[in-house]
Amino acid sequence: MNIVNFTPITATLGGMIIGLAVVIFFLFNGRLVGISGIASNALTEKDNKFDNLLFLLGLILGPIIYSLFTSKEINITISNSFILLIFAGLLVGIGTRISGGCTSGHGISGIGRFSLRSIIATITFMIVGILTVLIKNFI
Amino acid sequence: MNKLISLIAGIIFGIGLVVSEMVNPAKVLAFLDLFGNWDPSLAFVMIGALVVSSPLFHLIKNKEKPLLAEKFNYSNNKEINNKLIIGSALFGAGWGLGGLCPGPAISSLALLNINSIIFVFAMFIGFYLVKFFNLNKTS
Repeated sequence: MNIVNFTPITATLGGMIIGLAVVIFFLFNGRLVGISGIASNALTEKDNKFDNLLFLLGLILGPIIYSLFTSKEINITISNSFILLIFAGLLVGIGTRISGGCTSGHGISGIGRFSLRSIIATITFMIVGILTVLIKNFI
Repeated sequence: MNKLISLIAGIIFGIGLVVSEMVNPAKVLAFLDLFGNWDPSLAFVMIGALVVSSPLFHLIKNKEKPLLAEKFNYSNNKEINNKLIIGSALFGAGWGLGGLCPGPAISSLALLNINSIIFVFAMFIGFYLVKFFNLNKTS
């Protein structure tokens, strides 16, 4: 194991901003953030549809507002294999809905309220994610 | 008014994803590359989010009701079953393949990157398939 590109300060700061968003949503609207739930319900459920769509719109506006205020360009590196992306997208969509949460719903909102269910989910997707990268690096 | 909160919470969450660089799949994959070139940043994002949200969650939940809604509305599912494990494992595999989970994937739409658009499209098909075949209800 080599530790590379570690950015603890911006990671913690960004995490605290994410935590603030979770607190605001809970304090005012009484709901816990889980993006897979919000996104999936925006597609398939009538309840809170407009709220959910607005949250998703906010997620997209966040980076745009950040760029406007800091004049920093946001660069990402992402796979350009369409087959891999479609397969990964299907797995993420199906998996998060079967288990009832993703990195935000289980990893932050669930662990934050000390839910054993969410702790087990988070450990599971982290271990499988790490193993997937390990196998991918071998091939 | 709570519609505005949904939008604002989404925006703040999206900004947090950019500040922490979790919007970049390469950064997430580097966290999952535990046995190679490891970037521990994602763990600090989760710690930052939990440090802010967890204590406030426990304070706020004892209030009679949220500021702008009739009641608190979050899942108190404690069931630990096969669906939780299988769903989390599928999610972990998709996460490890693409480096994208639902929040960062949706935020990255702001960058109009064709690869993240394809991923998000496939993810929504995944959400829809689970709903259509009732996979989240049956055990």
